Amino acid sequence: MKNTTTIALREFKSYLASPMAYVVTGIFLVLTGFFFSISSDTYYETSIRGFLGIGSILLLLLASVLTMRLLAEERKMGTLELLLTAPVRDSEVIAGKFLGSLGMLTAMLVLTFYYPLLLMWFGDPDWGPIATGYLGLFLLGGASLAVGLFASSLTSNQLVAAVVAGGILGALWFAGAAADLLPEALGEVINYVSLSYHFPDFMRGMIDTRGIIYYLSITVLFLFLAIRSLENSRWS
Amino acid sequence: MKVGTREVIRVENLTKYYGKRLAVDNISFNVERGEVVGFLGPNAAGKTTTMRILTGFLAPTRGDVWVAGYNIISHSLEARQHIGYFPEAMPLYRDMTVRSYLDFSSRLRGLDKNRIKTRIEEVVDICHLEEYIDVLIGKLSKGFRQRVGVAQAIIHEPEVLILDEPTIGIDPIQVAMTRQLIKELGKERTILLSTHILSEVSMTCERVIIINEGRIVAEDRIENLSSLISGSKRIRLEVEGPSGKVAERLRQIEGILQVSYEDSHYIVECSAGQDPRGKIMETIVQGGWTLLSLESIEMSLEDIFLKLTTEGETSQ
Ligand SMILES: Nc1ncnc2c1ncn2[C@@H]1O[C@H](COP(=O)(O)OP(=O)(O)OP(=O)(O)O)[C@@H](O)[C@H]1O
Ligand SMILES: [Mg+2]
Repeated sequence: MKNTTTIALREFKSYLASPMAYVVTGIFLVLTGFFFSISSDTYYETSIRGFLGIGSILLLLLASVLTMRLLAEERKMGTLELLLTAPVRDSEVIAGKFLGSLGMLTAMLVLTFYYPLLLMWFGDPDWGPIATGYLGLFLLGGASLAVGLFASSLTSNQLVAAVVAGGILGALWFAGAAADLLPEALGEVINYVSLSYHFPDFMRGMIDTRGIIYYLSITVLFLFLAIRSLENSRWS
Repeated sequence: MKVGTREVIRVENLTKYYGKRLAVDNISFNVERGEVVGFLGPNAAGKTTTMRILTGFLAPTRGDVWVAGYNIISHSLEARQHIGYFPEAMPLYRDMTVRSYLDFSSRLRGLDKNRIKTRIEEVVDICHLEEYIDVLIGKLSKGFRQRVGVAQAIIHEPEVLILDEPTIGIDPIQVAMTRQLIKELGKERTILLSTHILSEVSMTCERVIIINEGRIVAEDRIENLSSLISGSKRIRLEVEGPSGKVAERLRQIEGILQVSYEDSHYIVECSAGQDPRGKIMETIVQGGWTLLSLESIEMSLEDIFLKLTTEGETSQ
């Protein structure tokens, strides 16, 4: 746990020291702010659905970009050699990197709190869907970061890592859309593994345990794959 | 699960393939507590590969490695706790300051929390980094980054230091400083130092393991190695005098095998264990000529390999 914290803190500080994180945060805020301000939900429902809708999709992109360097850059620069020869478990390395990026994502989400605060200023929003919406974004974001971290463990090229992450996330997201075209039984299965299928419930203010379990499973699965991939690189 | 405490590094029948490429071919060696051992070999000999296996970065294809008594595969964390590592090319996080990097390293390497602050000051002092402690590593020159590399390797006071070509690519003054530092560290610690510079080994190490094309070709104490080297010493002379006659007289000196003349210099090959420099000077003075210069030519690593691989079952 101590090692995990050490790595997570270094990773988080390194985000704060890099222009990339600020650019990504800036784009996220500008785009979500724009969609929040033009969405009719904002005015007629005093809800943050306008933000959540675009925010969820943007999160996928943002997670790919935030995580791409986590291991790929270390491998390219060679710093991975010192990290992996320290008395630290591979699982601690992965957990630390994941928590560092989750910290960054959380900071970004916290910056968007001014959308609901604005609503509170101008009206009387229903806090239920806002809270579950944020929970959904956080869970979805965590799962996306895990996928991105796994992609970053596969290569020493950051761009490749981002593209692979984007590919996996895109496939998992749009699987839901494809599911409608398939026979019902199969469609249901596909729906269940789709990142987008579980999100609307959170937007509507429902806490769906299946959704929570699903996002956590994706997170754990890809973190596990990332650990395996790191272990494998020692046996090359 | 500790085995054999006298041997701090124990390597048994270690083999490493990268895909189909054989990089290390069934090598075995030991390093005892307190020894400073040179790991000498030309490019692509397998030095880095071996060190990466010793430090747990790569797994061996076959064979076993113990460090500080712990098997590097089955008890990797325990083994790694006792190692300080200076990897080839010394990769560092460029976006961190020296202080924050050393803080990170010491935590990761398990230094006691209360010791961190004072220990950072100590290693910064040892490695002469005082003025740069709050500078971003990315802004340091190569020589100073290399010092940070040494600092992170010793920060947790490890029992074993594994240094992969720590003097490469830095200026002569810093090379001398680094060698001095290695000598100092070697008083208390076990060190395995890889290099392709012959003189570096004789300056810093007590024993040498010579590796070529993935195999150990010689393993001996420095004294024996240097007699092996001086065994076929070559001397270069510049003499004012009739070249034919000078060469002829030189050839008659006992212990000189061969004399050649190139670029207005005489190259004298001496036979094993002989140092005929005194006699050479006498001869030249007796001939009434003038000796302008006399120097030993160091044997290159290639010469040694040639010697070891052609005539040399001698030192195994
Ligand atoms: N990651 C790798 N993948 C494939 N082959 C490799 C890899 N690393 C090293 N090799 C090969 O293994 C052999 C030994 O390389 P190694 O780096 O261990 O040599 P070295 O003695 O450290 O050389 P140098 O003095 O150049 O650093 C070389 O033929 C090299 O090309
Ligand atoms: Mg090397």
